[in-house]
Formats: sequence, structure tokens, C-alpha cells
Amino acid sequence: MNLPLLNSVTAFLWTEADLLDHAEYDAWLDLWTPDGLYIVPIDPNAHDFANTLNYAHDDADMRSKRVTRLQSGHSVSTLPAARTVRGVSRIRILDQAADGKVTVRGAQDLRDFRKDVYHQHTADITWTLVPHGDGWRIERKVIRLINSLDTLSTLGYIL
Amino acid sequence: MNAPTSPDLLKRPLADLVREDRVHTSLYTDPALFEAEMDRIFKNTWVWVAHESEIPQPGHYKTHWVGREPVIVVRDRNQAFRVLLNRCRHRAATLCEHKKGKAASFVCPYHGWAYALDGSLRGVPHPESYADTLNKAELPLVSLRVESYAGMIFATFKDDIEPLADFLGPAKKWMDLFMKQGAGYPIKVPGEHRFRFPGNWKIQLENTTDAYHFPLVHKSFLGSVDPQTERMLDFVGGPGYVEDLGNGHSVMVMIPELVDLEANLDDPIPERFEELAQQLRAEGHDEQQVRRIVRAVGGSGFNLNLFPNVACSMAFFRVLQPVSVKETEIHHAVITMDGGPDVANQARLRLHEHFQGPMGFGTPDDSEAWERVQKGSQAGEDLWIMLNRGLPGERVTPDGKVSDVSAETGMRAAYQQWLKLMTA
Repeated sequence: MNLPLLNSVTAFLWTEADLLDHAEYDAWLDLWTPDGLYIVPIDPNAHDFANTLNYAHDDADMRSKRVTRLQSGHSVSTLPAARTVRGVSRIRILDQAADGKVTVRGAQDLRDFRKDVYHQHTADITWTLVPHGDGWRIERKVIRLINSLDTLSTLGYIL
Repeated sequence: MNAPTSPDLLKRPLADLVREDRVHTSLYTDPALFEAEMDRIFKNTWVWVAHESEIPQPGHYKTHWVGREPVIVVRDRNQAFRVLLNRCRHRAATLCEHKKGKAASFVCPYHGWAYALDGSLRGVPHPESYADTLNKAELPLVSLRVESYAGMIFATFKDDIEPLADFLGPAKKWMDLFMKQGAGYPIKVPGEHRFRFPGNWKIQLENTTDAYHFPLVHKSFLGSVDPQTERMLDFVGGPGYVEDLGNGHSVMVMIPELVDLEANLDDPIPERFEELAQQLRAEGHDEQQVRRIVRAVGGSGFNLNLFPNVACSMAFFRVLQPVSVKETEIHHAVITMDGGPDVANQARLRLHEHFQGPMGFGTPDDSEAWERVQKGSQAGEDLWIMLNRGLPGERVTPDGKVSDVSAETGMRAAYQQWLKLMTA
């Protein structure tokens, strides 16, 4: 087991999680490669996301629009904003290619609290990371919520 | 916490609760009224259960509800649509727990009773213990009457109801227009978003023909589209209209030039679809077909509300599923062209993802408004939901009544049908 790699990847993923829980969305946008895709599937067995309906299938333009909307103050479902705390764990390096690209899978347990209600969103997440200086950039993030085939509640933040 | 259901309120005749220009708040909050609705409306009218593309071949099924009763919607071996209660005739176990699938038969997991796709009971393991007292012909899965129009499948518990075509009436021609989103290909529903909001189902029913909220609630969505699209969606105060089509149905026309997607195909292609049009030309489609496909991707310029539980809404089907007096489940089913160009269907999927669903830029804000309606409904002793917008300018048409695009004509239509069924 390559512990330095695991450490480096884990530190990066924890940074991503921390940025999102603190709504530091502009910094989060900078973590991505320009051609990166942020995907939240409906069907956990889907792989051809472009030709399937998802909850989200965001290229750079859509990620940026999503952040703009969350910061706009015009979306009534985000006023007040939900507070979120997420745990990211069970990190496992699935693959490292010769060019350094890493496929990593982890578990995310997120609680949000808004107005007077808690919500829970538990997901299995697979990231594709490419080396960037001493760190990483996200090329793909696929968030498979364990209740994705059932009814969700509003997600007025970024998973 | 709930609105008071004082003895006085319960004794009020239902006709007192629905007036020409307003309805009583108890329609959103009274659990007794909700129970009555599940019986007097959902067991006594045509209820949408599926689009035919969801069960494309014999053996394909989906599970849904009519009212709160779970049903299996299946295409049988003879291509007929069946709607069967999802309940074994032995000791009541559900036969199907998947949302959709394909089966040769329905076998109960508890004791193995097996039913054919038409619901008939075919096999009972170890029948000897019944001797000759079990008549399989008497124990099929309970089936509902089923009819369809324009690919939309409806079921009813009411055996002597008028034919679906009569119930739909003038709504049929709007359904035909809506299905032009196939651009000549069959319409296909490849997926849907599901979510719940803590509010009464009729709050969402009203919203389908509510233009009034669009500029404000969907401000953040409008901020994310190009200026030409934003202008197109600025329809309040414009030339559109809302029409009461009878039987609780209504249509809200927001963009009159997109009512018939095949009319005036030579009009300029919207800027946001220029790249798609180029890709379609490069794939070899002739210019007219390029334009038909682009029109299909953009969707129809109207919302058609079919009482009580389904709408053909611009570019998708919206399905209402009452859960309780203050909780409702909603499905937003995306529409694509079966066999159509991938690049066009991808554009459709991305457009649906942009607005609809719990991560869309539109739906969550709608849901928030509806949740707040339910919350606000807890306040006050004897207050009313005002539905008088557009009454002064309302006039009669061959199909019903019409008023300006932001009128509440559609809501008034729905509640008149509500009252008719609740007092039948």
C-alpha cells in the first residue's frame, strides 16, 4: 500500500470537503480541470452518464452557474442557506495510471440542517484526480447517493 | 399545530369550501378532507399511471399508485396494458418491490402463488391442502379499467366511468400538440427525478398553470440562461393565456409561437440551439428535420394540466402522488426521441437537469414556496386561498373559459372538478 499517495489524496479530498462545508465555492471551482465533470447519477448502475438522466451532470460552465446561483441571493430555497457538515472516509485508491492519474473511492456522510429539519445524504463517491504540482485536480467526481433511485429532498448546496 | 378542525368546520357543507374565486384553507390542512379525496377523487376518476414507453415490450412493468393503492402497470403478452393491485390474493403480500423491471409472471415471495401478466392466478404450490375448495379463477390480481391516449396510460377503479377520450375532451388536441416533441420519432421516457415536499398535493396542482410566480421564484434560473432565452421566458403580461378545458383540465400557453412545434419551421433558430443545429446538419439531417429536432429539444410553449395527477409541462411530464394531507411526492419524467440523434437527446437531458429535480435551478425554489404555503396555512381560524386573479377579463370560448396568462383560471377549473367529485 502506497501510504504517501493515500495521505496526499486524502488530504486533498478533505480539503475539498472543508471548502464545500464552508461554502468556499470559488476555491472549489479552482480544484477542477477545465474539462472536468461533476456527476450525480440517478441510476447507481449507469455508466454512460452523457446519455442518461442524472440529478447533475456539470461541465465547467454548469459548475460555475451552480455556484453563481448559490451565491446570488435570488434562490429562495437557499435563504437561509443550509449548514452542512460532511465526513469523507473509507478512502481507497482503486488505480494509479502511469501518467499519475488516480481513481479513488470513498464514503461521504453529509448532514444538513435548515430551518428546523435535519437531512442526511449518504453517498459512495468515485473521484478521478490528475496530478497538479504537489497536489491534485479533479477530472471527474461521481456521487452515488444510496437513495438515488428514491425521493430526494432539495440539495441547496454542493455535494 | 394543525389548523383547528373544529366541529363547526367539519359540519360545513363542502360546497361552502369552494367558491367561484377562492377555496378554504382546510383543503390544504384537513386530514379528514384528504381521506375523503383519496376515496371520492382518486377512486372515482381516471388517474395517470404510466407513459407507454416505460413498458415497451410484453413483460415490462412499473409500479405506481392509484390514490394510495400500490399497483403494477404491465404490458401483457398480447400487448395490452394492465393495471393490477400489487397485492397477493392469498395473504396480501406485495408482489413487486422494484420500481420497474421485466417479468414472465408475478410470483409472490411469501408462499409462491404465481400470476400471469394479465393477473390471472396460475399456480398455487402444494394445492392438496385446499382439496377442491380453491377456485383459482376467483382469485386473480384485482385489475383496474385501463385506457390510453397519445401514449399516456390511465386507470380507474370506477367501472362505469365515461371513456377516457370523453373525460379528456378538449385536452386531447393539446396532448397531440405536446407529443410533437418526438420530431417524428416515438416519444420515450428514459428516466425521471423524484422528490417530496412537505405540502398538500393541490398546492403543486395549482402551480402547473401559475405563470405569476415565474419571474420571482425562478429568478436564479433566469440568471443562468442566455438573454434571448430569458426574454422568451418573460411571458407574464404577454400574449399567452390560460384556458379552462373542462373536467378540471386546463392549459397555460406561455409562448404562443411554440404551441405547434411544426408551424413556421423557417423562423430563425434560437441562438442557444445554433451549435446543436450545426451538429445535426453535419450528421446529414435535412434542414426541415434539423429544425423539427431543434424545436423538439426546446419543448412546447405550454403547460397542460390533466386533473387530478399529471401534467404535460413544456418539456416533461409531471406526476403528482399524494402521500398525506401535508406531504406529496412528485416525479418529473424527461422526454426524449426514441432513436433520435444522440446529440439532440443529450441536449434534452442536460436541459432537464438544469431546471428540474432536487439539484435543478428551478424545482427547489418551487418546492420552497409550496412548503411555505403549507406552513402559512397553519395560521388563521377561517381564512381563504384567493383564486380571483384574472376573473375580470375572463371570457367564454368553445372549449371553456380563457383569461390572461397569469390568471388563476386553471386553479378555478381544478377546484370546480374537485367539488363535483367530492359531492357526487
